[in-house]
Amino acid sequence: MLFTSWTFVIYASVSVLLYYILPKKLQPKILLVSSIIFYAYAGVEYLLFLFATIITVFIATNKIEDLKETQKANLSNFSDKAQKKEYKAKIHLKQKKWFLSCLILNFGILAVVKYTDFVISNINVVVNTVSEGSSLPLLNIILPMGISFYTFQSMSYLIDVFWGKQKAERNFFNYALFASFFPQMIQGPISRYSDLSKTMFSVHKFEQNNFYSACVRVLYGYFKKMIIADRLIPVIALLVANPDQYQGIYVIAVMFLYAICLYADFTGGIDITIGVAKMFGIDLVENFNKPFLSVSIAEYWRKWHITMGTWFRDYIFYPLSVSKKMLKFTTKSRKVFGGNLGKRIPVYVSTMILWFLTGLWHGAAWNFIVWGMVNGLVILISQELSPLYAKFHKKFPKAKTSKSYFAFSVFRTFWLMNIIRVFDCYANVPLTFKMFGSIFTNLSINEFLTQGLAGLGVSSVSYIAALYGTIFLLFVGYITRKSEKFEDIAKRQNYITKTAIVFFLVFSIIIFGAYGIGFDSSQFIYNQF
Amino acid sequence: MNVKFRVTVKILASLLVFVMLFLALEQLLVPKYTDSVYEGQLIQEYYDSDQNNQVLFIGDCEVYENFSPITLWEEYGITSYIRGGPQQLIWQSYYLLEDTLQYETPDVVVFNVLSMKYDEPQSEAYNRLNIDGMEFSQSKIDAINASMTEEESFSSYIFPILRYHDRITELTWDDFIYYFDTPTISYNGYLMQTDVKAVEVIPEGTALASYEFGETSYMYLDMITELCTENDIELILIKAPSIYPYWYEQWDEQMVEYAAENELLYINFLDYVEEIGIDYQTDTYDSGLHLNVYGAEKMSDYFGEILQSEYGLENLSDDEEISNYWESLVESYYQERNEGT
Repeated sequence: MLFTSWTFVIYASVSVLLYYILPKKLQPKILLVSSIIFYAYAGVEYLLFLFATIITVFIATNKIEDLKETQKANLSNFSDKAQKKEYKAKIHLKQKKWFLSCLILNFGILAVVKYTDFVISNINVVVNTVSEGSSLPLLNIILPMGISFYTFQSMSYLIDVFWGKQKAERNFFNYALFASFFPQMIQGPISRYSDLSKTMFSVHKFEQNNFYSACVRVLYGYFKKMIIADRLIPVIALLVANPDQYQGIYVIAVMFLYAICLYADFTGGIDITIGVAKMFGIDLVENFNKPFLSVSIAEYWRKWHITMGTWFRDYIFYPLSVSKKMLKFTTKSRKVFGGNLGKRIPVYVSTMILWFLTGLWHGAAWNFIVWGMVNGLVILISQELSPLYAKFHKKFPKAKTSKSYFAFSVFRTFWLMNIIRVFDCYANVPLTFKMFGSIFTNLSINEFLTQGLAGLGVSSVSYIAALYGTIFLLFVGYITRKSEKFEDIAKRQNYITKTAIVFFLVFSIIIFGAYGIGFDSSQFIYNQF
Repeated sequence: MNVKFRVTVKILASLLVFVMLFLALEQLLVPKYTDSVYEGQLIQEYYDSDQNNQVLFIGDCEVYENFSPITLWEEYGITSYIRGGPQQLIWQSYYLLEDTLQYETPDVVVFNVLSMKYDEPQSEAYNRLNIDGMEFSQSKIDAINASMTEEESFSSYIFPILRYHDRITELTWDDFIYYFDTPTISYNGYLMQTDVKAVEVIPEGTALASYEFGETSYMYLDMITELCTENDIELILIKAPSIYPYWYEQWDEQMVEYAAENELLYINFLDYVEEIGIDYQTDTYDSGLHLNVYGAEKMSDYFGEILQSEYGLENLSDDEEISNYWESLVESYYQERNEGT
């Protein structure tokens, strides 16, 4: 059920209606049923995967919680410290067994469905170099909808419960709802239980103003997705599909258009997700915070797909950095490379592992892995260069606060990210290098000046619509520069202005949106992850 | 109570403004068919016509190009209307007949059988030309459902702005000039062509895997027959004298058989070309696909004789009210005919 389909609009509307007209105590159950039907719509057989995660995580977290409670109750029976320690270790071991078996099972499912064919095709490449013609058949497993998102969300909850940061949910239906809440099934955000449970299980009264701002958020999401992203996708697809024809400056055009397209696509989808959740009175965490205004790649990643970034930081990077093996490695590294460098090398190793996994999470393909590693590498290089920056700022202290330096830093980060993102566009590592190289060897400036993008066969209305949408996007960016949300600004206006805002969004989507015959109702780019 | 009332009024007022804006924009964006693809206007023009017709033609381009209601009126005093459209599929003909019966009941319905060869939806573009012009009714809904190809959506027929929104950058002055109304381009459904393009080659039909008309086509032909019987209307099946697309002997035999079984008149005018006096060197504007106005007049003259002699249709030329309507049509008809000559 695509967000951009009438089916979804009607489905979400009916769910919201039932949510408020049926007895309030039924609200979480209505949401759960809606979520399961939503998921079943994508394929009833995929419910098995979802149910497997829900059931195993619920059992494991409850067992861990039971053991915690048992420990608490029994600990006073031991007077001897050593006995207490031994008992604690025994309980911890039991908890760890539940934790690890659940963790391995769920990540195992994700690994099998998402990465089996990737592994097989790589084995085939190796085998073929030895004996040509012999290859293993691919399994072509279809990825269950949102499996990366709900697995990561569920695993964060499992880890938090194991670490004692979160109490296990004792109500199965509440937990099932947390794991399957339908608006965020398709492309996140990857919510934490502690955030979502604040509003998810409580009773909600229909509030006109809250509902209005939710509608504005949803409409703004559709605006971005249908007017900007879906209009640009065919242009980018044409440029990328004909790499021999479109080189040099066209590659730069791909970088630029893909940046706008991906931003509009992903933030648009998240706007719809957050807006729909808000209609139910549920607050989801924000996933973006003006990433294109970042002055460094590291900052960019703190502002883009925030929930994924924090997930990897909290559950991979930090535990890895303080793991016993890494501490041992740090000690050895210090001995070999000296205090300063020896201390940094383990951090760099952790960073590269983090980015390798981030790349892998985005897709079972080498281009994603290289994309992730390049991200990590650029971050490490900029860290290495930080003494140089410090010297520069010491010499030119005004630069740090000047608008022009800020603009330069934003511009630099934006284009650095665009360059890295080319791996995602061409989806083929050697081709990406070749296309990037063409910028220096075959700029094709004359072709571009003669025909621009008009020769692609994409209707002019697509460019006009995308430009119109982008101008409005910039306008919204300007009025929300003081970190206020667009829907909150809209909510504060008088009735006529509020109505005009809704009319503007709806009519813009109707007129400039990419839909109907000739348009493939594009999947959100992040759905595939 | 007061607050609730005020909120309700505000919401209703907003909805009203929304609907008005929506309709206004839709009216602007839908194609007006004033500078090309004139066929797009044919179906809707019926609703502004006299709706007092003895004969109703339904079918594809072979009816709206090959028969002239003006000749039928001038020569026989027969009132007729052509509810034809390009590549009109048989179910569209059926629902257009059903739609027409909401406004009038003609004595004779003439159906051109070429569309029997299509057993499933064909093309969105032709669907639009045949359905968009229909006023909202159950018949329109049924026509949409029967005609949609896989890529089409029902909602875009009910709200055409969802189909034509991309015209926003293609708007011309015509979209504003003809915002409220478009000039009538047909003569009771007849689209005049004055050019002459002689037939050079008479094409042979290529062999088909099967010559059997499909079940759906027969189902709708049965439905047309039944609807006519229920409404005491004489149904005539015809094959207009267009020499291309090729009309196979096997197809003809099936129609002869069907007509005999249902006691209907079936005329394949291709067999009467000489008798009618059609000269494919002068009477066609596109090498034999369709007749031009000169050919259509000959065809109508011939057919009018059959309608009057076989079906006893009354000569209504003495009816003042009816005559007034037709005389204004005749005047503009000859003006265009003479300009084209």
